[in-house]
Amino acid sequence: MTLHQKIFALVLGIGMLVVILEMVRRRRLGEEYSFLWLLIGVGIVLLVLWQGLLEWLTRLIGAVVPTTTIFIFGIVILVLINLHFSVKITKLSRQVKDLTQQIALLRADKNMD
Amino acid sequence: MNNEPYRLAVIIPAYNEAGRITSTISDVRKYTGSDIIVISDGSTDGTAEEARALGAKVLELPFNLGYGAALQTGFKYALERGYRYAVQMDADGQHDPSAIQALIEPVLKGDADMTLGSRFLGGGDYKAPFARRVGMALFSVIVRVITGRKVTDPTSGFQAMNKRVMKFYASDAYPVDYPDADVIIMLHRRGFTFREIPVTMKRLHGKVSMHSGLRPFYYTFKMFLSIFVTLLRSKGEGKA
Repeated sequence: MTLHQKIFALVLGIGMLVVILEMVRRRRLGEEYSFLWLLIGVGIVLLVLWQGLLEWLTRLIGAVVPTTTIFIFGIVILVLINLHFSVKITKLSRQVKDLTQQIALLRADKNMD
Repeated sequence: MNNEPYRLAVIIPAYNEAGRITSTISDVRKYTGSDIIVISDGSTDGTAEEARALGAKVLELPFNLGYGAALQTGFKYALERGYRYAVQMDADGQHDPSAIQALIEPVLKGDADMTLGSRFLGGGDYKAPFARRVGMALFSVIVRVITGRKVTDPTSGFQAMNKRVMKFYASDAYPVDYPDADVIIMLHRRGFTFREIPVTMKRLHGKVSMHSGLRPFYYTFKMFLSIFVTLLRSKGEGKA
């Protein structure tokens, strides 16, 4: 990686970490949901600073340039985040359904007794 | 209140069925003195009022949850209220209530935990649209291979059941979006017994089917996936 690329990636990674931590501090983002996002920021910073790890990972996955490695890992984590959301949405949908049904049952109890 | 010794509830999910629901309830009354539970699935017309005026017990969902979830609301209510048996049928008049007694009979006798009204076991001249017929035949074969029992009409929503099956239907394991052939396989895997009873059904005109537009594709996909993962789960999982 060129120095230019390194500086850009570092600024991006640290910027992400700061924004996410600030959102958690203000309780706009729950700790649970911040985990994977923080992982992206930490990952970027780690890979930029620890060049050896980046090169080792690049060889491991058979990529040609280290930037590809960073992109691939970024995409993998984004997919995981989305999967996490789908799981959450499934759970929320079921809970909303159960609550809606309960409302109908409670209203019926009230009206029919 | 219910004057029959066996506490039967007729459960009818309805979404914007004003007009039709009145005749459906009156028809049901001709054949059974059981309580009728209508679940108005976020209807924006007079469905709930009409059903209430005819003495049905009406559950009103604040917004539309879909057929399976509405039906499930009825099972939850029936269990809460101590009903021992239930018949589920459509609000639109497709299911002929004269078959209710024949449907519930084997369940009352304990010969089966659940019965399905079949359009294709003699009786009636129901002709489904072509695509639907292909789908039904396909799932019929799948159900037969997996359960070892011949089911001519696995997509039937005209069913009678005992309390144990109701409990399963009220559980989280029940597939609330399009419960269908997969439910029969789930019942079989849980050790429930079922049997088909010939019924007549009417093909309704001028009504948008639950299976229209792109839905058949999603439906087919969902059914395959649901059956596949059901088979991957341990047998008897969630057994009542």
